[in-house]
Amino acid sequence: MREITLHLLDIAENSVAAQAKTVFIAVCEDIPADRLSASVKDDGKGMDAETLASVVDPFVTSRTTRKVGLGIPLLKAAAEACDGQLQMASQLGKGTTLEVEFRRSHIDRMPLGDLGSTILTLVVAYPHIHWLFSYKVIPDVETGAMQEFLFDDAPIKAEIGDIPLTEPDVLAFFRNYLEEGILAVQQPALLI
Amino acid sequence: MATIKSLDDLKRLREEALEKRRVKTEGGNAQVIVGMGTCGIAAGARETMKAILSQIETEEISGITVTQTGCIGMCEREPIVQVMVGEGPKVTYGKVTPEVARRIMKEHVLSGKVVEDFVIPA
Repeated sequence: MREITLHLLDIAENSVAAQAKTVFIAVCEDIPADRLSASVKDDGKGMDAETLASVVDPFVTSRTTRKVGLGIPLLKAAAEACDGQLQMASQLGKGTTLEVEFRRSHIDRMPLGDLGSTILTLVVAYPHIHWLFSYKVIPDVETGAMQEFLFDDAPIKAEIGDIPLTEPDVLAFFRNYLEEGILAVQQPALLI
Repeated sequence: MATIKSLDDLKRLREEALEKRRVKTEGGNAQVIVGMGTCGIAAGARETMKAILSQIETEEISGITVTQTGCIGMCEREPIVQVMVGEGPKVTYGKVTPEVARRIMKEHVLSGKVVEDFVIPA
């Protein structure tokens, strides 16, 4: 993958496959600490200790079409190549949390990527799931205060009622809302 | 059409959407399924999905259901998009770049003409 957000999209798909009802994706760029971290937390069916330990193996997968599952192992490798790490916690019947972090300034650290499209893709494709997204940037001390964008699709869906999310006006709303929220964090904190 | 920003706008949108006339797909409603397994994502499926949603938004096409699926075992043909218009057959397309996705939306979804060049035979 060429963007961290593509990895996050991939991990979120795992949450969907685990029949999660709520998925929370969080991204944090901590410039003073030089860390970029992200997490995907779901309330899906979870895994027992043995399965949890096995998912970092590329030859372990829950799919039947192929014998490899590269999503988690490749993300782990990407993090470790950037002085980072990947950690997972899970409880059968409760859910799973994946946390990954990178040294933000590492020369091999792939770009964060298109957060807006990633969240929009998930919200539209899986309207029955409650999607939460947090994007935080802690800037240099001189630049200013921490910026955060918190996205919760529940109040918006409550307002829209039974209109499908693929109605053009609704799509436009979600897209703009996400893009503006993300930009509102990046502009002051990253001086973009 | 002004961009909708606040939740108040959403309230109005709900009323308007129910009345407004929009471009309809050939033969009624359509279902578009985009493969979003690890193979699909690595091959660019998110950009394909983005192009499809962008088309729906700018051309104001109503009645399209967009969903995702996991890996269907033809990883080398990703991004894969399956289309079913109205009561028509489910057509599976391979190597669907954003440009091909736009063609599929225009020709197949809106005009009922399957884009034969990119079809994966059953």
